[in-house]
Amino acid sequence: MKPKNPLKLNEAGPLSETALAALNHVEPSRRDFLKTAGVMMIGFGLGAATTAEAQSPLNPSGNIDNTQLDSWVAIGADESITVFAGKCELGTGMKTMQIQIAAEELSVPVERITMVLCRSGVTPNQGLTVGSNSAPTQFGNNGLRVAVDTARDALYQLASRWLGVPVEQLVLKDGVFTVSGDPASTVSYGELVQGQRFSLPVNRNAVPNNPSTWKVLGKSVPRVDVPPKAKGTYQYVQKVRVPGMLHGKVVRPPALGAKVASIDSSVLTGMAGSPQVVQINDFVGVVADTEWHAIKAAEALASRITWSSGDTFPNQADLYTFMQQQPSRNTLSVNTGDVEQVMATAARIMTAQYRYPYQMHGSLAASAAVVDVRGGTGDRATVKAWSCTQGVYNMRTILANLLRIPAANIEVVFVEGSGCYGHNGGDPVTQDAALMSQAVGKPVRVLYTRADEMIGGEHYGYPMVSNEKVGLDASGQIIAWDYENIVAQRGEGAAIGNNPGNNIPGYLAGFATTAVIPSTTPPANPATFGNGNNTVPPYVTGSVNGANFYTGTVASQRVLNRVVAGPLWTAWLRSPNRLQNTFAHESFMDEIAASLRADPVQYRLRHLFDPRLIAAVNAVALKANWDTRPSPKLHNPFERAGSGRGFSCYLHQTANGYAAMVAEVIVNESTGEITVKKVITSIDAGPVISPDGLINQMEGQVIQGISRTLYEEVLFDRASSSITTKDWKSYWVLKFGDTIPEIVSVLIDNRNAPVAGSGEVTISIVASAIGNAIYDATGVRMRQVPFTPEAFLAAKKEQKG
Amino acid sequence: MATFLMQVNGRSANVTIDDPSTPLLYVLEENFRINGARFGCGLGQCGSCTVLLDGNPVRSCIMPVSEAEGHSVTSLEGLRALDKLPNAADLHPIQEAFVKHQALQCGYCGAGPIMYGYAFVRDNANSTRAEIEQGLKGVMCRCCAHTRMIDAIQSYAQEKTR
Repeated sequence: MKPKNPLKLNEAGPLSETALAALNHVEPSRRDFLKTAGVMMIGFGLGAATTAEAQSPLNPSGNIDNTQLDSWVAIGADESITVFAGKCELGTGMKTMQIQIAAEELSVPVERITMVLCRSGVTPNQGLTVGSNSAPTQFGNNGLRVAVDTARDALYQLASRWLGVPVEQLVLKDGVFTVSGDPASTVSYGELVQGQRFSLPVNRNAVPNNPSTWKVLGKSVPRVDVPPKAKGTYQYVQKVRVPGMLHGKVVRPPALGAKVASIDSSVLTGMAGSPQVVQINDFVGVVADTEWHAIKAAEALASRITWSSGDTFPNQADLYTFMQQQPSRNTLSVNTGDVEQVMATAARIMTAQYRYPYQMHGSLAASAAVVDVRGGTGDRATVKAWSCTQGVYNMRTILANLLRIPAANIEVVFVEGSGCYGHNGGDPVTQDAALMSQAVGKPVRVLYTRADEMIGGEHYGYPMVSNEKVGLDASGQIIAWDYENIVAQRGEGAAIGNNPGNNIPGYLAGFATTAVIPSTTPPANPATFGNGNNTVPPYVTGSVNGANFYTGTVASQRVLNRVVAGPLWTAWLRSPNRLQNTFAHESFMDEIAASLRADPVQYRLRHLFDPRLIAAVNAVALKANWDTRPSPKLHNPFERAGSGRGFSCYLHQTANGYAAMVAEVIVNESTGEITVKKVITSIDAGPVISPDGLINQMEGQVIQGISRTLYEEVLFDRASSSITTKDWKSYWVLKFGDTIPEIVSVLIDNRNAPVAGSGEVTISIVASAIGNAIYDATGVRMRQVPFTPEAFLAAKKEQKG
Repeated sequence: MATFLMQVNGRSANVTIDDPSTPLLYVLEENFRINGARFGCGLGQCGSCTVLLDGNPVRSCIMPVSEAEGHSVTSLEGLRALDKLPNAADLHPIQEAFVKHQALQCGYCGAGPIMYGYAFVRDNANSTRAEIEQGLKGVMCRCCAHTRMIDAIQSYAQEKTR
């Protein structure tokens, strides 16, 4: 390997006082190591330390150099390499992927890399770990890979000087440079860096290792976190304990929106554990010495609080009507301006409406956080938070606003919780713990109960009403596509934006939630193309300003997005809106094909332009032995259980991974029971970084997608303004004992393409593939999730009599 | 105050506690610093708090500590010692199988499938895949690594009978 873009080195001498000050935030063992290690710092100039940060009480020496807080590669005398990066491990293997990047580009074995992730003030601010964006980011030109490549190129320069030969004569293997043809002339990374500190600007033009030569990337590297997880020694945020820590429980209003009328806290007098009440407007918590004492105190207190009545809810059955009646904030994703005109020429118009419910993240753990607020409030107060937030810097901003303490005085340490799949209770519980710690002046751990998590902690995935309309010409070709989606929102995940009022604890404590402000004028045409929410169907051209940006061929198109204020708290849940919109698009495409007695795959291909999506479609059809014929399948009408197969495909977001799927189901028409027998999925997310890791993600998404499609719906009660799904019996998800399908994954290793995401790509097409298979088996079209036996029987009755 | 004698991962200890109805899980966490049993629901519905009581899986989040008196409790960390295998800090063979199949994503649920899988294989030699699935009935994994977990338990069972 050769250095790609040689840099002039800026040797900065031994580790400075300011660097040591920053290291004080790191655990003692690592701090001691880093004090003796050489440090090679690669700065992005992004998320840089501010003046306020430099003056923070957390940094008594003041004066933090911007570059020190960006991205570090620390190389020890023992040749160990510590890399600091900003994408969290959420259970998807992200830590191992980042280790692979560093090991590949530095030409060392994976065991040599220690990866430190997501710690404000210590790791680079890389925003949120969301949206299948972590892999594209770390391989992109603001990501980890160019930082490591910059370090590698610098090491080449140092080795050249050390060994007195041009870089072209150096051979790098396992972190040791050898002069070509002179095996005795060697120098290692540790020797080159030891005792010195180098501070380099990132070189965005640094050339990464060519994927065709990958030795670590592209391989099924076993995940580093799995052995301690299996052994039981892995520390989740639920297990964090700090000296002097108390245990807090929240007492949420029984009705959403209810206000505290009165609290009789005398009930706590004499209870074990010296419980204390924390009340801030409608935020109520109890803090005691142990978890069990806090639980008992919270239960006792809950019965002594008088609450006002809650918000006005729609009836559950009226949710979708309610959403359509609300005033909306409107935007356009595409609008060629000719949709009505082209529709008027159509031989036939088809319309359909699809509906998607509120669903839960339903994380397996009840969320927990530990927060230590010292000094009350204001400029001299400090905060340290241990949180499973997906964005430590965003959480820092939220805590600053919530606690009225400067962000520079706040350190947020990411500690993994259970799989979150988006904004589960991890962000809200961090705010809960922060409010209680500030009130009692001691570190407080808050662990939700299951009901806290499900009805007063997590924000649900968005419900959606999708109105689809196409015009067909006499040959059955789609000539115009008109789509409207209506999404109900309330608040946001805590790590989004800076308003604590957009999250349940902040709202209860008196911060106002950002309102959905309805549009008063028609939406403007988009200036640029973006399909972050997959509102634009795969079969249109994605035309903006006369240029085409998307995967299909239908030229006349309009996509109107309407956001309304909804009754329940919402935030991002795995493939937010992308999944809902894709359920509508891919079910509707199937309906159109069926109305024409056309094969669903062939009919899709008639409207696709993008070669990679077409390749993904063909790959999965081949693997599934796709039987080319129209749906529904003609079967013996006396059969009680019919089998069927359904197809679905799409491009995730604007350009973030292609996928196609065939689902095979069996439907018992008399009971309505739906069994998914087999699911075959293809994916093209660019170069495959870890084949087994990718398959693992795909398999998980298939089963989670089945659970969301067949079972999951948040239920609420109008009379009591409350959520009634509050445990695993009332909110059913797929468990062992339910049918688990055979899963087949087809990887398209597209090494010439940019790295795309894969954490949401598969799950987005599951509901439509299953719905299309049900139609194939029975001729019954499922237009509303979940596909419960009751829902199937109701749809069958409505459609077939 | 009441004092209970129990054996946790081979270590005998007295626990003195004011409320005998305190769930075993909290005692394991706070008195024994056990990491491998975790709070998921507190209702006995998910399995993430599973430990073995005299070798049989129980949900420690709903079992009062008083019921553990005089019994041996094994968490994930102690599985290897329970089978009297050397090097207690290493992985137990069923844990090795979970690693080999990369059968954990977030891994928070781990105690459920591993403990139930361990006991099921011990009590049911030569089980089919479908039988193992039913043997784990009600255990949850929200990351949905179910297929790999069954693969892991099956390969552990095969290793065991070899």
